[in-house]
Amino acid sequence: MNLLLLAIILAFSLSSYFFGRSEARKLVTGNIKLNALPAYYGYFLALWCGLPALIIFGGWSLFESTIIKTLILSDFSNIQSRDLFYERTLSFFNGNFSGEITNEIKVASERYAYLNNLAHNSKIALVASAIIASVVFAYKKIKNNNKARDDVEKILKILLFTSSLVAILTTLGIIASLLFESIKFFSTINIIDFLFGTSWSPQRAFVRDASTITPEEFLELKDAFGSVPLFAGTAFIALIAMCVAVPIGLFAGIYLAEYASTSVRKYSKPIIEILAGIPTVVYGFFAALTVGPFFRSLGESLGLTVSSESALAAGLIMGIMIIPYISSLSDDIINSVPQSLREGSYAIGATKSETIKKVVIPAALPGIIGSILLAVSRAIGETMIVVMAAGLAANLTINPLESTTTITTQIVMILVGDQEFDSPKTQAAFALGLTLFIATLFLNYIALRVVKKYREKYD
Amino acid sequence: MELENKKIKIQAKNLNVYYGAKQALFNINLEINQKEVTALIGPSGCGKSTFIRCINRMNDVIDICKVDGSIEIDGSEINDKKVDVVMLREKIGMVFQKPNPFPKSIYDNIAYGPIIHGLAEEKNQMDNIVETSLKKAALWDEVKDRLDEPGTSLSGGQQQRLCIARALSVSPEVILMDEPCSALDPIATAKIEELIDELKKSYTIVIVTHSMAQAVRVSQKTGFFHMGKIIEVDSTDKIFKNPSNKMTQDYITGRFG
Amino acid sequence: MTKEERLKKRYNSEKRFKFYGILSVSLAMIFVLVLIQNIVSKGSSAFSRTTIEVDIIYNANLLEIEGPITKEALNNAEFYDLSVESILKIFPSQNAKEERQVLRLFSPDFEYEVKRVLSKKPNKINDIVPIRLTASDDVDQLNKGNFPRDLPEDRRRVSNFQLNIYDNLVEQDKIGKKFNDYFFTKGDSRDPELAGIGGSLMGSFFTIVICLILSFPIAIMASIYLEEFAPKNKITDFIEININNLAAVPSIVYGLLGLGILLSVMEFPRSTPLVAGITLSLMTLPRIIIPCRASLKAVPPSIREAALSVGASKFQTVFHHVVPLAMPGTLSGTIIGLAQALGETAPLILIGMVAFVVDIPGTPVDPSASLPVQVFLWSEQAERGFVEKTSATIMMLLGFLIVMNFIAVYLRQKFEKKWN
Repeated sequence: MNLLLLAIILAFSLSSYFFGRSEARKLVTGNIKLNALPAYYGYFLALWCGLPALIIFGGWSLFESTIIKTLILSDFSNIQSRDLFYERTLSFFNGNFSGEITNEIKVASERYAYLNNLAHNSKIALVASAIIASVVFAYKKIKNNNKARDDVEKILKILLFTSSLVAILTTLGIIASLLFESIKFFSTINIIDFLFGTSWSPQRAFVRDASTITPEEFLELKDAFGSVPLFAGTAFIALIAMCVAVPIGLFAGIYLAEYASTSVRKYSKPIIEILAGIPTVVYGFFAALTVGPFFRSLGESLGLTVSSESALAAGLIMGIMIIPYISSLSDDIINSVPQSLREGSYAIGATKSETIKKVVIPAALPGIIGSILLAVSRAIGETMIVVMAAGLAANLTINPLESTTTITTQIVMILVGDQEFDSPKTQAAFALGLTLFIATLFLNYIALRVVKKYREKYD
Repeated sequence: MELENKKIKIQAKNLNVYYGAKQALFNINLEINQKEVTALIGPSGCGKSTFIRCINRMNDVIDICKVDGSIEIDGSEINDKKVDVVMLREKIGMVFQKPNPFPKSIYDNIAYGPIIHGLAEEKNQMDNIVETSLKKAALWDEVKDRLDEPGTSLSGGQQQRLCIARALSVSPEVILMDEPCSALDPIATAKIEELIDELKKSYTIVIVTHSMAQAVRVSQKTGFFHMGKIIEVDSTDKIFKNPSNKMTQDYITGRFG
Repeated sequence: MTKEERLKKRYNSEKRFKFYGILSVSLAMIFVLVLIQNIVSKGSSAFSRTTIEVDIIYNANLLEIEGPITKEALNNAEFYDLSVESILKIFPSQNAKEERQVLRLFSPDFEYEVKRVLSKKPNKINDIVPIRLTASDDVDQLNKGNFPRDLPEDRRRVSNFQLNIYDNLVEQDKIGKKFNDYFFTKGDSRDPELAGIGGSLMGSFFTIVICLILSFPIAIMASIYLEEFAPKNKITDFIEININNLAAVPSIVYGLLGLGILLSVMEFPRSTPLVAGITLSLMTLPRIIIPCRASLKAVPPSIREAALSVGASKFQTVFHHVVPLAMPGTLSGTIIGLAQALGETAPLILIGMVAFVVDIPGTPVDPSASLPVQVFLWSEQAERGFVEKTSATIMMLLGFLIVMNFIAVYLRQKFEKKWN
């Protein structure tokens, strides 16, 4: 149905291109000259025919189902679990409902049939009238021999500009979706308890509806959402990862930039970058099934108790994943240190490593720090490795052999499967997401600025 | 100026240099006298920079560069495997076309060489080296109150004198200068030239320059390079007043180059 | 310290420093090799499946057919009893418990496997037809050597009785191996020997196509605007900052966006490639815009000046000259962005693509999994058979990624002009 309508709009648009073009050719009589090539009149008409109709069609389709749902549910204000009721109504309407058919469901589904039909018909009517109105408008302009090329370019420019606004819209969307649920969460749970509480056990928050909380339940909730263990776990695993990635990545970057011959560089750089291209779920699988058990048995043979979901295994694998982020960026940055500085150092009798340690690295330091900050931001936002290889229980520990959990792990654990949108547990995931977003945004912003400043210095 | 009385400091014999398959220098034979300024002139790309980079083996840095033939300093071969390049460069300082102070303080720029070569055990020894080097480079009075400021904050001419001071800090015997004034304004150039005149009393100086006037002003001996070959070497007076080669004549009168 | 000693020390430190560099590069490369070797060694056996040849007695009386035996009747017939009768004949069993153990040597699908062969051969009725049936995952793993036989019986998944039958069948040469077409054509299953990536392949395909359709045109238009038309002002700066930051936002945040806006506000269908594609396209967009802009920037201004000087409008200059020249770089940036989207897991988990879906999705609005999510789901399963399935899925996924990256590199090297 929708596809058919879409096809019709596109077909109309296409035919109005040819129509516009031929109409423009007809204008050329005697000494009247066209203001643009005939094709532009075609484009002009086609854009006017297609764009308004598509915008109306798209907007309508996006909100149709939500509007119908609210309309129907407003008729049944006394029904409990409303989402479930609506889903039942829909499946009854589609004829695949296999449960107890209540009278309400029957009534609601009749109402749905009516509204659905109405919506479809009005959508078609609206789109059709949009096409007619805009084609008539554009056709008149063509008849007046408008500056078709300028007009087409104006429309296209608006189109281009709108596309670039998608970036802003995405950011707004992220902020809105995180903030909306987080505010609800913080109206139940004190933000101080969330940020500084040391006990995390959201499974205790079995309350379904935040508005019906009793004082006892509130106390229970109060210390169920202390996220310090998550922050600590995230920082701890990221620290282990950086302990692996920074030395290896930095030395690899230095070696590739300063020592490696062109042929070594040509092959080893892409091989190392494979590490960045491997999906993180693969690392998670490797960490959970190979590295974790390996550490565990290694620990057993040394008389240590190592959790098979140890922070060490997760951090180590995450560090390996991050190596290329540091090595490639620091390689680039070291390469952009001017050769004249190196020559100045060699000319005074410094060896290569002295030159690197005392001249190149200090000169490249801001850029290197920037690349490390970006890597840290990746480490704290990394999800699959920790979901699969780190623990689930919030454990305030600094023993790398024990298991800890992270912000991202908890978000996934809370949201996997069915969610009850009004429970503080689900909202907690969004609050965690907001914390994560702010932290990474901060790191990225600083890092990008530092790197940009550094590049400007030597460009 | 009696050329014969001077002691020969650097002697190049049958020097050939290749960049990959391309030959950059052909059979260079050149003698450079002690405590005197030798200027190398010639059109750009003629190989004069390549030649002075052979003297402190800076061409080692370039992978595809191959040096063939001999350069002797005080009678000992520098292209010998046994010669240590680090020690060689301590003995032969170099100043580059564009001033290249390290992104460190003025003090640290000078102290860098003595630190890596272990020339100063104590702080006051180091202060001493920094002060004398800066004085020799005629920069001390301008910077003595702001030794902690970054070297890059100085003006172009000051930066270049800082680089000269840096080269002097490890007490070299020879200073190579690769068009040291090409990035400077005339006033800064005049200062550097004055400095070169002063330095030649204690150092052997080889200067590559694209300005013939500068060669006349600062040097006692001049070599003319063209297409990787040395065309004529003689006292500066003779080269500019009465060159024996037709090509040299054409170059100094501005017919090509 | 003499000069010589000092020099020796300096050169030793030089050697040490260089060694650290070589060590780091080799460590990184060794990690790549270990990872790939580990996956391939675990996963390659998943491409074959173990079969047990059984002589099926085509006994029409057991088919529950009333009336004449037509092709249609055969299609609706029950083959369970017939199959069980023949299967039990492979080894004499004393009681019902042992009979169950015999049946458990085969995959639960044996009935349909028999039906598929026999319903096409009505002429073979009352004959004996040898059919190679798929073995259960326990026998499969035993045959592939992944189950140690020397453990005590209570710690093994295969009983002594079953082991005995297995050895017997090996002697009779009834155990065979066959290319595992199920792995590619079937959807998810609780039984490892019947589980396949058909569903998640289609899911990934739909997701990536939607992601491409949405992100590619918008990314190109946005990059053209920012690189060619945007005035230098606050809005442009703000858009740029947004794009750079969005490219580094953790992917899980996009999952929250999909959940919070697409699913709960806009009521898009859960667990579907449609939502996955939209979510991933938002994530991929900035990652495509950045290389697109770089390749537009790489087109030298002289080209633009040449076009403008013959009287082309700004739009004509951009669309006739700049964009075609930048196309190879743009396309390779897009492919690399899509490759990242293909491997993305976390946001898909949040929008519910972790549901257990047996059916292979036919449209983008059917619930489905995707390849990386399938890896996640199977890696949580306890059966040994799923380990090789997971590894094999990873091999497929890495295969796609390698192909995509090769295409991207090829496009860049073959078609991109070098401007000097």
